[in-house]
Amino acid sequence: MSKKRITAIAQITQINKDDVEDLAFGCALLGTGGGGSVGGSILEVKSAIRKFGPVSVVQLEDVAADGLVMPICGIGAPTISFEMLNNGGEAHLLRQEVERVFNKPVVAIMASEIGGSNGVEPVMWASRLGLPIVDADTMGRAFPEVQMGSFFVRGLPLTPIILVDFQGNSVTITPTSGESAESESRAFTIAAGGVALMADYINPAATMIGNVIVGSISNAIAMGRAVRGTQEPIARLTELLGAQALITGKISEIERHTHGGFVRGSVTISGTGIDSGRQVRIDIQNENLVAKENGRILASVPDLISVLDTQTGTAIATEEIKYAMRVTAMAWPCDPLWRTERALQTVGPRAFGYDIDYVPIEDSLR
Amino acid sequence: MRLDLRVGMDVGGTNTDAVVLDENNRILARTKQATTSDVRSGMQNALTYVIDALGTDAQRIGRVMLGTTHATNAILERRSLGRVAAIRLGAPASLSLEPMESWPDDLREAVCVDACILEGGHYVDGRRISPLDEDGIRKFLSSVANTVDAIAITSIFSPTSPQDEERAREIVSEVLGSNMAVTLSHEIGSLGLLERENATILNAALFGVIGQVITATQDVINSAGLVVEMLLAQNDGTLMALDFARRFPILTIGSGPANSLRGAAFLTGLTNSIVVDVGGTSTDFGVLINGYPRESAAAVEIGGVRTNFRMPDLLSIAIGGGTIVSGTAAQPVVGPLSVGYRLNTDALIYGGVTPTLTDALVAEGRLQLGSHTVPQGEEEKLKSALHSATESIADAIDRVTVGNALLPLIAVGGGSLLIPPDIAGVSRVLHPENGDIANAIGAAIAWVSGHWEGVVAHGDEFNQAVANGRAIACRRAIEAGADPQLVEVVDQTETPLSYLSTPTVRLVIKAAGPLSNL
Repeated sequence: MSKKRITAIAQITQINKDDVEDLAFGCALLGTGGGGSVGGSILEVKSAIRKFGPVSVVQLEDVAADGLVMPICGIGAPTISFEMLNNGGEAHLLRQEVERVFNKPVVAIMASEIGGSNGVEPVMWASRLGLPIVDADTMGRAFPEVQMGSFFVRGLPLTPIILVDFQGNSVTITPTSGESAESESRAFTIAAGGVALMADYINPAATMIGNVIVGSISNAIAMGRAVRGTQEPIARLTELLGAQALITGKISEIERHTHGGFVRGSVTISGTGIDSGRQVRIDIQNENLVAKENGRILASVPDLISVLDTQTGTAIATEEIKYAMRVTAMAWPCDPLWRTERALQTVGPRAFGYDIDYVPIEDSLR
Repeated sequence: MRLDLRVGMDVGGTNTDAVVLDENNRILARTKQATTSDVRSGMQNALTYVIDALGTDAQRIGRVMLGTTHATNAILERRSLGRVAAIRLGAPASLSLEPMESWPDDLREAVCVDACILEGGHYVDGRRISPLDEDGIRKFLSSVANTVDAIAITSIFSPTSPQDEERAREIVSEVLGSNMAVTLSHEIGSLGLLERENATILNAALFGVIGQVITATQDVINSAGLVVEMLLAQNDGTLMALDFARRFPILTIGSGPANSLRGAAFLTGLTNSIVVDVGGTSTDFGVLINGYPRESAAAVEIGGVRTNFRMPDLLSIAIGGGTIVSGTAAQPVVGPLSVGYRLNTDALIYGGVTPTLTDALVAEGRLQLGSHTVPQGEEEKLKSALHSATESIADAIDRVTVGNALLPLIAVGGGSLLIPPDIAGVSRVLHPENGDIANAIGAAIAWVSGHWEGVVAHGDEFNQAVANGRAIACRRAIEAGADPQLVEVVDQTETPLSYLSTPTVRLVIKAAGPLSNL
């Protein structure tokens, strides 16, 4: 039986330099193994706040109803983004192009994806643009493909999509489907050297209300504040998130390969201590998608599955998992928005090629 | 006269150890001396001791291998560091974070003369980001000409496209003369711009320090009447020649633990095992894989700066022979404080008043030492503390263990008796003779190595690229002093990169071989 979330999350109104590590800690957890490492983004965000000032955090209801909100995400290979760092002016160009194409001012930006580096970097862009950031996102976690967001599920206008790179190149694309959106934006990204900054589902604030996952930034910062430096990170997190520790143990097996631009495979955790004798296997496609024990599903996408360092509670990205690491696998319920039939067609286990039905974690662990 | 003897020397924080081996790796002389504040007299004491012990055979010494913490200490203490100007090539990419921007203020002030980000650099696939700004480089160099000790040059994707860094080095010698010291990032580190740039700048700041170490050691050697070749230990457990060490002083950081792992392998003949080095205040747990230290994949911080160069993957816990025991028999508290070098005055068995884990070993009957017996009132607490320390050690062993097969454990270092022969989680426990000077032995028996790394696309040219990489790694090992006949590739690691149109891997190749005969 899963626990109810019992700790209220404090609503954040401003992000200062001192909040960045807490935010990044939470974003890494919400990355569920993917979303890119937050380490490099922390430096960029801190630097921007030092030079351009702290960032206001607003609710969608607080901004002009007909003002455009610009959802931002970086796309491409994390390995490349750690080498070919941002110019810093990308978001200015993105905003300029959005305002030119829509002929309307941008009043706030938003993280498309709160999980991983894409949850942290928009704070840098907000600081550099002097715009507020909305306390919400479209995933509440990380997903590998651009159509796997709440706006797609709710049928909001996707196009035009605008992408820019550090050179000052920009494209505006109006694809005919979510799949084309993915392949067209990928083509630009490859031409741009493997990393690009993208805005899609650019819509007025009023259109977005009710179609986002609310409180993403407050939630991420709350995780960092609750856990960083404490002695019992796992207990604090399960309490804060209403999460379930699936197993505590050691990584005993890793099977990992890259195919079609994605990391696929599985990791097996062998239980230690009170979990001795148990084994949990987690299937991975960039993110942690399905956790199984003896063939029984413990948790599955879109519920969140994170692998954490047992001592510090720090999330471990799939590409960083190594043999013998001491870890705890933890799972917690996704936003209710993901649990409709239509949403599960897009982000449920079958959308990732698993021949299983989604069972909410509250039920699977009953 | 055959020059068939080698001296391994390790300058640590507490002790300076020296050992002499012959060509069959037999130990002919050994010593453990206190490290002195000037470092040099500690080395002198150690070297003089083993030379005296050898008598006339001392003339057969042909090589001295040194492991040292000088570079680490210089960075930690912000002392004797050179003044560096940093050039990054890759604009308009990367302008969002300046070189050294994320460094601790005091370290940046100690090292940085000036920094710039200029046009140049490459994409992952080898296309140019922008034309190299040669005029910009000239202007920048002229502006720092009189205030700089060394130049650090980092170009985007230089590990695969090094040509801009190499051209920039030519410009440095045109503008500042060919004697100006330069570090190029592709020779230092792997992908990850900031981490590689940091390591490159730190390396450039250490030229003076390594020069002083080499000069001091050579003075000590000369004043002992020896004419020998000297080599320096690096952090992967291999050796580098002096001219290589002068170019890459940062590679000496972490050589101590690497040497002790390699020394443990030598003393036992084991190539795959857990090595535990027990000191006075802490214990390091490492793993030997095929005779070499397992390396850490995570970013390594040095003096508050993130770098990405290779280091032994170590787990350290605050338990050692001098660790202070407090609390009660029911609830003993072990450490984290230690009496350190005051063990032989403060410990109970030396008439002191501070209970330590060494006292606990005596109370338990596992060690006979000291001038006093353990007071009866303390015995229960000490035994119970030793039990708790053993649990912590077993826990650490479990954390470094790979897979399900049990590995043997090699216990080395001055406090190695803290590892009981029946500790859980290992197939057996070895306490090799001379394990207390495993690090000096590790330096003396080490091979010489060279590396290559790059990004390679799968396809027609993959095998050719791999062959080239292997050849370059071998050539670099030979340049560092390895025997050309015996050099071989000892490690080749492929890491897949995602999101690229062609399947592409990052490839790291390491070659190593024994030293060529003199």
